[in-house]
Amino acid sequence: MSEILIKNANVCDPAQGINCETMDICIKDGKIVESVSANAKVIDAEGRLTMAGGFDGHTHSAGKINVGRFINPNDARKNLVPGLSGQVARTEKTRAQVGYNTPNTYAIGYRYAKLGYTTICEAAIPLLAARHTHEEFKEIPILDKMGLSLFGSNWQVMEYIRDKEPEKLAAYVAWGLRASRGYGVKIVNPGGGEAWGWGKNVSGLYDPVPNFDVTPAEILMGLAEVNERLQLPHSVHVHCNNLGKPGNYATTIETMKLFEKVKPSRDRQALHVTHVQFNAYAGTSWRDFETGAPMVADYVNGADHMTFDLGQVIFGPAVTMTADGPVEYANARMLHEKWSNQDIELEDASGVVPLFYSPKSFVNAVQWAIGLELALLVKDPWKIMFTTDSPNGGSFVNYPEAFTYLMSAKRREEVISGFSKMALDRMVLPGIDRELDFYELAVMTRSTQSKMYSRPEKGNLKAGSDADIAIYDILPGQIDPSIEYAKVKKAFSGAAYTLKDGEIVVKNGEIEATPKGKIYWVNAKVPSAIDSAMQKDIDVKFKKYYTVSKANYMVEDMYLQKPVEIATEGVF
Amino acid sequence: MPVVKDAVCSLCGSLCDDITVTVEDNKITKIENACILGHSKFVGMLEHDRIETPMIRKDGELVPVSYEEAIEAAAKILVNSRRTLSYGWCSTSCETVSGAIQLAEETGSVIDSTANVCHGPTALAAQEKGAPSATLGEIKNRADVIIFWGCNPVHAHPRHMVRYSSFSKGLFTEKGRKGRKMIVVDVRKTDTAKLADSYVEIEQGSDLLLVTALRSIVNGHEDVIPETVAGVPKAEVIALAETLKNAKFVCIFFGMGVTQSRSKYKNGDAMSSLISDLNQHTKAVMIGMRGHYNVTGFGQVATWETGFPMAIDFARGYPYYNPGETGANDLLVREEPDAAIIAAADAGAHFPQKAVRHLARIPVIQIDPYPNPTTEIADVVFPAAVVGIEAEGTAYRMDAISLRMKKLIESKFKTDEEIVKDLTAKIRELKRGA
Ligand code: SF4
Ligand SMILES: [Zn+2]
Repeated sequence: MSEILIKNANVCDPAQGINCETMDICIKDGKIVESVSANAKVIDAEGRLTMAGGFDGHTHSAGKINVGRFINPNDARKNLVPGLSGQVARTEKTRAQVGYNTPNTYAIGYRYAKLGYTTICEAAIPLLAARHTHEEFKEIPILDKMGLSLFGSNWQVMEYIRDKEPEKLAAYVAWGLRASRGYGVKIVNPGGGEAWGWGKNVSGLYDPVPNFDVTPAEILMGLAEVNERLQLPHSVHVHCNNLGKPGNYATTIETMKLFEKVKPSRDRQALHVTHVQFNAYAGTSWRDFETGAPMVADYVNGADHMTFDLGQVIFGPAVTMTADGPVEYANARMLHEKWSNQDIELEDASGVVPLFYSPKSFVNAVQWAIGLELALLVKDPWKIMFTTDSPNGGSFVNYPEAFTYLMSAKRREEVISGFSKMALDRMVLPGIDRELDFYELAVMTRSTQSKMYSRPEKGNLKAGSDADIAIYDILPGQIDPSIEYAKVKKAFSGAAYTLKDGEIVVKNGEIEATPKGKIYWVNAKVPSAIDSAMQKDIDVKFKKYYTVSKANYMVEDMYLQKPVEIATEGVF
Repeated sequence: MPVVKDAVCSLCGSLCDDITVTVEDNKITKIENACILGHSKFVGMLEHDRIETPMIRKDGELVPVSYEEAIEAAAKILVNSRRTLSYGWCSTSCETVSGAIQLAEETGSVIDSTANVCHGPTALAAQEKGAPSATLGEIKNRADVIIFWGCNPVHAHPRHMVRYSSFSKGLFTEKGRKGRKMIVVDVRKTDTAKLADSYVEIEQGSDLLLVTALRSIVNGHEDVIPETVAGVPKAEVIALAETLKNAKFVCIFFGMGVTQSRSKYKNGDAMSSLISDLNQHTKAVMIGMRGHYNVTGFGQVATWETGFPMAIDFARGYPYYNPGETGANDLLVREEPDAAIIAAADAGAHFPQKAVRHLARIPVIQIDPYPNPTTEIADVVFPAAVVGIEAEGTAYRMDAISLRMKKLIESKFKTDEEIVKDLTAKIRELKRGA
């Protein structure tokens, strides 16, 4: 493969400020370079839209998703997005595929690649169950992968915060990332996972966690401090308290404010708040429920310390899966749905519940609107990562559909026209006429991710970056996305080309090759004296409380396919 | 002399990972911490007969052949088969399961696990109502009321009660057994029942009645309960429901007494609903007492690779799942398969007669460390290294936590994983040639 020249690419690369300009891209040995020899294989992009490979920075694609598959075998047959869902027989090149919200591992790899995506970040790895996540990663072809490890209800974390031992806490987080081969710190409903161990929840930032004498706010601040001390490539990644409850926008803004005082140790945000759609609800009950997006957007517009992702809702079936155990139980009771739960000893909780978002339900309609309101009311796309929190808000295979909502007010009106009067009264979306262009879309699907995860070689087309590239069948100067949204959707649904490390993996929307992707994990260095002191504490945990031994807890090297170790230096 | 610590016992679904094994001259000479079942597995390789060599049946007799000949013969069987059943794969590693699934996919076979005759209904119940569960450490650290329902860990999972449940001690359960209420629901007074604080004896096949009655009481409808339920007096049923409601943390461990008794998956379905209802009052979870050490692993791997946990039919090129139609026994009873590959399981001993009769009529390939009744009807036999002792790999505990099994001693036998790989390669070669 060694040299490729992509000619006549209409490049949209926000990291370099390039907005749909026609140029050539040179590739050598899997990287983008300044020039190639005359021997390079030539791909003629014919003026089509060319972006860096997409990067989904928050998706549930390995680990917990298996519970979703397990309890919803009916999902395997769902073919709501032909070409990107349902049952597909094996071919010489590809393994058999099934599913829509919870596709099998092979389908996840192929389908993301068809969308022009080349990197994904699994949003929640329980430390104790990390091996499982990596086993699934191994079977997801093509994509580069990373995952965020759960720390928000961890006994050792809460004890160190309560006992004011920030150095040992840092050592513990470094060790936990090493044990789970995780990339960053995920905090889900801080303290709520432990409360759920007793069937309870925490009600907000200052509601103490039963038996541990710390508050969610303290957990957030404690973990943020060590996250920066360890100079981790990503900020803490927070799923706020009170998710899914009317009125929760206040908790969300309060959480964001809390982080104003956190100084990032790297050139990135101090806080990432995830799937904010689920946390931007106003009202006091489901009866007077309404959008809280304007308030949240207002705050975010004035803040410069944070990023967030949408958690956009897609109408139709979805499967919710989260470490937020109490939320899933509440969902199951409210919707009379099946309920799976998996609490993880000493660490966290989790649950899985399928649901259906209907445009006829005023609540669902408002949820749908809130995601878009957030995307359109927040002025700076660099603060936003596009997600559906797949498959919580809907399957990632609907991204192209969702892009049309962002790019076309007309398309939005079409959807909105089916809503009830009550729904319309509770949203502000109909009054918003902003339409994103390809540049802004590229920011939300590539550039923000590169920046917020400190992966300068991803999500852009600079010389030296990975040659992960998507070419879409769109001629930017000759299309009006606000009217021709059907064309936009079609083009984003099956890339003309997807290149992964300089290899053509998708051509004309079909899989061409299925190389194995890399796994990124973070190894943060901690002074050995502090590490040993911390090890003594966790030795007690293993001896008295865990049901596996410490030696068997660590994910072994053999589970990592093409590992990339990201070393950082802790500051002590 | 090498002492290996934290070895994983590959016998039952407890998957104890604290075994210390001493190895001298490639022999296991000392085993610490394992229970009697685990112990006999570790030493069993010396004491039990092994299948000594690959074999092919010629003129009715199994005769020794080279490994290559056996691979060739097995590959031919599979290439010529139009409907292969691939069965077992529960007492082996996840890596082997992954290979077996790929083999099934490439040959358009049906692949099923031993869940077909044990906890299959548990999966069906979860598909109806979900699986409200927790890792075993949650029980150890929190549970003050534990029910063993239709299971007998004293004999089937001997260290379960000490490591994870009745006798274990944890952060909120410092008093261990003394601070816990242990209840057994069963049709006979098992040795586990003898250790319980209360034993509820129910009539055979009436689990669903009792679960439903408990639900009614928990949900405030005591008045609809008849004088006896499942043979248990109403007052006792009410007392049981109250114990559950007033607990801090309840875990119901359920076994094949629940999954294989009358009403099958409906039992698990109702139990899942009971757990959900109990969570209105307290904290409650349920965990299936999986028998084979990696039957959970088969389900996990199959689910992420095919979307389904068992009974997967690849005839259409994509996975198709319809238990009752695509289960191993369903196929055999319909006399559908024209060849079978059976690994790390004993269909010969555990399947109904009609199914075994059909197996005896078709070419059967067996992969196993030990001879068993399936060997009697096998046409190609591969001896395999014992996983967890002679071969490494991944296994899933009953609570879906995966652990790395170690290779403790060298073996002259190929691993399951290698055999499946070689077989797949040979089949590809034959198909290319054709
Ligand atoms: S309880 Fe099961 S896993 Fe543990 S030592 Fe005994 S047989 Fe092995
Ligand atoms: Zn999420």
